[in-house]
Amino acid sequence: MIETIASAALAVGEALNIRKKRIKNGTGRTRLSLVTGTHGDELEGQYLTYLVGSYLEKHIDMLDGIIDIYPALNPMGIDSITRGIPMFDLDMNRVFPGSKDGTMTEVICNSIVEDILGSDMCVDIHSSNIFLKEIPQIRISVPTAEALIPYAEMMNVDLIWVHESATVLESTLAHTLNSRGTKTLVVEMGVGMRITKEYCYQLFDGVLNLMKNLGMWKGDVNGIHKPLLSVNRNVGFVNSDAAGIFVPCVNFGDTVRKGEHIGDVVDPLSSQIVENVNAVSDGIIFTLREYPVVYGGSLLARILETSEGEEVL
Amino acid sequence: MKKSILFSLRSPYREQLDVYGYTFGHGRKTLAIVGAMRGNEVQQMYVCSRLVREMKKTEAAGKIADDCEIMIIPCVNYYSMNIGKRFWAMDNTDINRMFPGYDQGETTQRIADGLFRNLQGYEYGIQFASFYQQGNFLPHVKLMDTGFTDSELMKDFGLRYGIIRRPRPYDTTTLNYNWQIWETKAFSVYANATDTIDEDSADEVFYAVLRFMKNRDIADTKVQPGFSTDLINESETHQVQSEKAGIFTSAVDIGKYAETGDILGRITDPFDGEIISEIRSPISGTVYFEYQNPLINENTVCFKIIKG
Ligand SMILES: [Zn+2]
Repeated sequence: MIETIASAALAVGEALNIRKKRIKNGTGRTRLSLVTGTHGDELEGQYLTYLVGSYLEKHIDMLDGIIDIYPALNPMGIDSITRGIPMFDLDMNRVFPGSKDGTMTEVICNSIVEDILGSDMCVDIHSSNIFLKEIPQIRISVPTAEALIPYAEMMNVDLIWVHESATVLESTLAHTLNSRGTKTLVVEMGVGMRITKEYCYQLFDGVLNLMKNLGMWKGDVNGIHKPLLSVNRNVGFVNSDAAGIFVPCVNFGDTVRKGEHIGDVVDPLSSQIVENVNAVSDGIIFTLREYPVVYGGSLLARILETSEGEEVL
Repeated sequence: MKKSILFSLRSPYREQLDVYGYTFGHGRKTLAIVGAMRGNEVQQMYVCSRLVREMKKTEAAGKIADDCEIMIIPCVNYYSMNIGKRFWAMDNTDINRMFPGYDQGETTQRIADGLFRNLQGYEYGIQFASFYQQGNFLPHVKLMDTGFTDSELMKDFGLRYGIIRRPRPYDTTTLNYNWQIWETKAFSVYANATDTIDEDSADEVFYAVLRFMKNRDIADTKVQPGFSTDLINESETHQVQSEKAGIFTSAVDIGKYAETGDILGRITDPFDGEIISEIRSPISGTVYFEYQNPLINENTVCFKIIKG
C-alpha cells in the first residue's frame, strides 16, 4: 500500500509529496521503518530499500509485522541532484522535529516525524556525500549508545562509530526519533551519487537479520559478521593542508602504519607535488576521498585503529 | 587605518583568498564588525565599505575615543560572491554554521577558526546578517539571547525594533552565538536587501552603527538621533503564511501599519490568473518583513508583523 504522508503545494502546477509504502503480513504488530533520501545526493538507500521491498513482497508469507519504506524524504532533492532542499539551501536534517504550523519544510518534517513515531525501530540510511567513500557503518551518539549498540550489531555493518553528541545534531531526524521513543539507527555507507551494490546486499542481510531478531521475519537469514566498535579506539583524521588534486596510493580498506605514504596532492600547472600525504596513525582506512579537487582542510581519509590480526572488510 | 590580512586560504586554481580587516584607533579591542560571510550578502559588504570610509575620516579627525580599537571585516567569502554562490562553492557549507571553527578541520571550519581567532576579545561585536528567504526587512537589530548580552544595549542603535531571539540548536554554530560564549556582546543587524543594494536601508543601518559607536563612547561622528527602540521577543511577532501556492503580490510596504483584516497581499493562480488567496493581517501592527519573489509555495512566511 502506497500512501502520501505529507504534501505541500508548490508555486506552479505541482505538489511536493512525501510517500511511503507499507508491507504488512500476519498478526504481529511489530513495525520497522526504513527511511532514506533526506540528502538528495545520497542514493545507496534507494537500491537498498528496493531490494528489501521487492524481496519481502516475493516472500510475504515469511513476514509477521509491518515494514514501512520511506524512500525519499527529500524527493525534489533526489530529482534534481541537490543535497539540501532545492530553493532553500537548507539541510533537511537540521530542520527536525519541524513544527505543525511552521514553514513548508517544518510542516513536512513534522508530518514525517509523526508518521514514523510508533515504529518499534527505524533505520535512517545515508551514503556519505560526493567527496568521501565510507565503509558500511552505523553512527550512534554517546547518550544513546547503550540502548542502540545491541541493535546496530545485528545490521551486518563493518563499524559502529560512537561519537560525541553536539547541540547542532539535535535537529536531526534520528535525534528526534530517539528522544521520542523510537529507536533509530543511522547508517552511512558508500559514496554520494553512486550505488555500491555489494554494500546494499550487505545491508540487505542486516535488515533481514534485524527483522528476525525483532520477531518479524520467519525466513532464513545469511550469516552476519560482527562490526568493529569505535569505543576505545583512536580515529585519525587526515586533512589536506595544501590545495590541488589528491591522488591516493592506497586502497580503501587498506591497513596502514603511522607515517606511511598514502597519497599526494599535486599541482598540474607547476608539475609539482604540493603535499605528501601520510597516515596520522596506525589502522585501517575506512574513509577515503573520492573527489580529487581539494583545498586546505579537505578531508582525505579517516583511519581506525585496529588490533593485530583484526579483519574488517 | 591599518589594513591587514587576517586569514588566507590557498585554492587549487584561483588567487589565494585573503580575508582583510581594517582597524582604526588604538588600544583596547572595543568593537568588531563583520560583513558578508555569504556570497549573496552584497548589501552587507556595501554597508561595511561605507563604514570603513567613514572611520578613515573619523580617525583622521581624532574622533575615535582613546584606548579604543575598531575592526571592520567587509567581506569574508568573496570567493562565492565572484561565482554567484551563496555558500562555500566546493561543498555548499555555510561559514556562519562553522563557529567557533577548527584549525585542523574542514575548509570552512578553518576559515571560521581563522576569522574567530581575530574576533575574540572585543567588547562588542556586530554582524550584518541576512535571512535565508528572499524578502525585505525593516532594518532592525537582533540579539541571540544566551544570557550574556544585556538586551537594553540594542537601544543604542536607535533602530525602530530590537528583536530578542531564543537560540535554537542550529544557532549554536553561528558567529553571534559563539561570540557571546567567548564574552563579546554581539548583535546581528539586518539591512533589508541581500543580493541587491538598497540605499535607503543601507543608510539606515550605517547611521545605526555610527549611533551605537557614539552612544557607547567609541567614536564621535555626526549622526542624527534615532528612534526610541522597542524591544520585542521574536516569539511575540506574528508570522503570516501563505495558504495557497502561486503568484504572489504584496499590497503593503514594510514599515507600514496594518489593521486586523487589512489585505497584505494576494496569490493568483499561475495558469488562469484567478485570485486564489487574499492574505489578510491577523492582528493590528507594523509590517516588518515581506516576502519578495513572484512565486510562492504553500506555508511560506510572507509577512511578519509586530503587534501594537
Ligand atoms: Zn546524509
